[in-house]
Amino acid sequence: MCANKVSSPIDEQVLPSLKAGDRVLISGTIYTARDAAHKRMSEALQKGEDLPFNIKGQTIYYVGPTPAKPGQIIGSAGPTTSGRMDKYTPSLLDRGLKGMIGKGYRSQEVIDSMKKNKAVYFAAIGGSGALIARSIKSMEVIAYEDLGPEAIYKLTVENFPAVVIIDNEGTDWYQVGKEQFKKQADQ
Amino acid sequence: MRTITYKEIVERVSKMCQEANFDLGQDVVEAFQSALKNESSETGKDILEQLILNADIAKSERVPMCQDTGVSVFIVEVGQDCHIAGGSIYNAINEGVKKGYEEGYLRHSIVDHPITREKSKGYNTPSIIHIELVPGDEIVIHMSAKGGGSENMSSLKMLKPSDGLEGIKKYILDTVAMAGPNACPPLVVGVGIGGNFERCAYLAKKSLFRPIGHRSERPELAQLEIELMEEINKLGIGPQGMGGNTTALDVKIEIEPCHIAALPVSVNLNCHASRHKEVRL
Repeated sequence: MCANKVSSPIDEQVLPSLKAGDRVLISGTIYTARDAAHKRMSEALQKGEDLPFNIKGQTIYYVGPTPAKPGQIIGSAGPTTSGRMDKYTPSLLDRGLKGMIGKGYRSQEVIDSMKKNKAVYFAAIGGSGALIARSIKSMEVIAYEDLGPEAIYKLTVENFPAVVIIDNEGTDWYQVGKEQFKKQADQ
Repeated sequence: MRTITYKEIVERVSKMCQEANFDLGQDVVEAFQSALKNESSETGKDILEQLILNADIAKSERVPMCQDTGVSVFIVEVGQDCHIAGGSIYNAINEGVKKGYEEGYLRHSIVDHPITREKSKGYNTPSIIHIELVPGDEIVIHMSAKGGGSENMSSLKMLKPSDGLEGIKKYILDTVAMAGPNACPPLVVGVGIGGNFERCAYLAKKSLFRPIGHRSERPELAQLEIELMEEINKLGIGPQGMGGNTTALDVKIEIEPCHIAALPVSVNLNCHASRHKEVRL
């Protein structure tokens, strides 16, 4: 597999080189958050409080892992459906969030905010949680521990496999890829 | 009258919950391998290869193939000539799920209250349990670990009888197209037609318990399953919605009689992690 290497936190300078449809391997630091953590972060922002981590340049991975077995760093850890986070996402992009990893469609509001703020949306392979866990090298809870699998964890990842779905110009690979193969089927 | 004990049900259910999450059925793995030969998208092939590798890791290391270890859904055929000793079958199944999910390090994914989102205190329980009373003195437990992503993209509609077969096909194709990447394709598409509102949804769910490649016993439905599968695979959605010709691994249809004014149709989508196990007591 031919894939570009991407480091997280993400340098804004590299964003133009990440095009919808590119296969990538992500290394560095990423933060987990799904439904409940997003709701809490949004409530914190509404109250004028700080987010539990400095979000500038960072990547959020939408995941709620299974509990680690003894000796494991993390349990199975594939992506969950990103669309459920759409409501909360533009306010995080406005504060400097640069990367998101999940699966599935994003709303037009999120795509518009990504173009405005310059950010990238990656998809990991849904349902390959056992394989993805191999690219996670450390895991540390940093906020909302009471949420269990929905808490915010700081992960160190090495060569985490993903595909650029929506690039910083707003091109959506789900639409492009589907049309390409639909045309083939129609011929 | 044959006696089956509460404890035996707990133990067998506990084990099947773990097996369902660690060991993807051979029918699904073979469907991946067969899809890999026909897939024309390079990214699609790569995804199918990773799914085969993922299933291998899960099985050999006894870890869940997906972090969404699902809601446990049971269809239990209870022979009317058997006696369950030591407690209710519902409690036995839930105790088995709790034990299996805790001991197997599977994720607890249930909230007790759908509005307040308060987390359930029983580890990944209550389960969804359907009991069918059948002749004989055996109990056959069919279990599915059903993921949330594909369940969320499922749908039910009360069509008009005048919509006919064309209306039914359109509704199924529209549901799969709308689900796109969200339901984690390649999918197993379960379809229920007829019955009434609640029965129709159950038929779609029940159809998903049939192994991949097993056609309906009714020739007209078997034909429709094949036809729909071809149509779905022309949508271009592909593995994980990234484009390709493997959108569905299979289509299953179950029907039942219905009211003269009605044509209920439901589509229950299953992600590629189609986790189904069966035990016979």
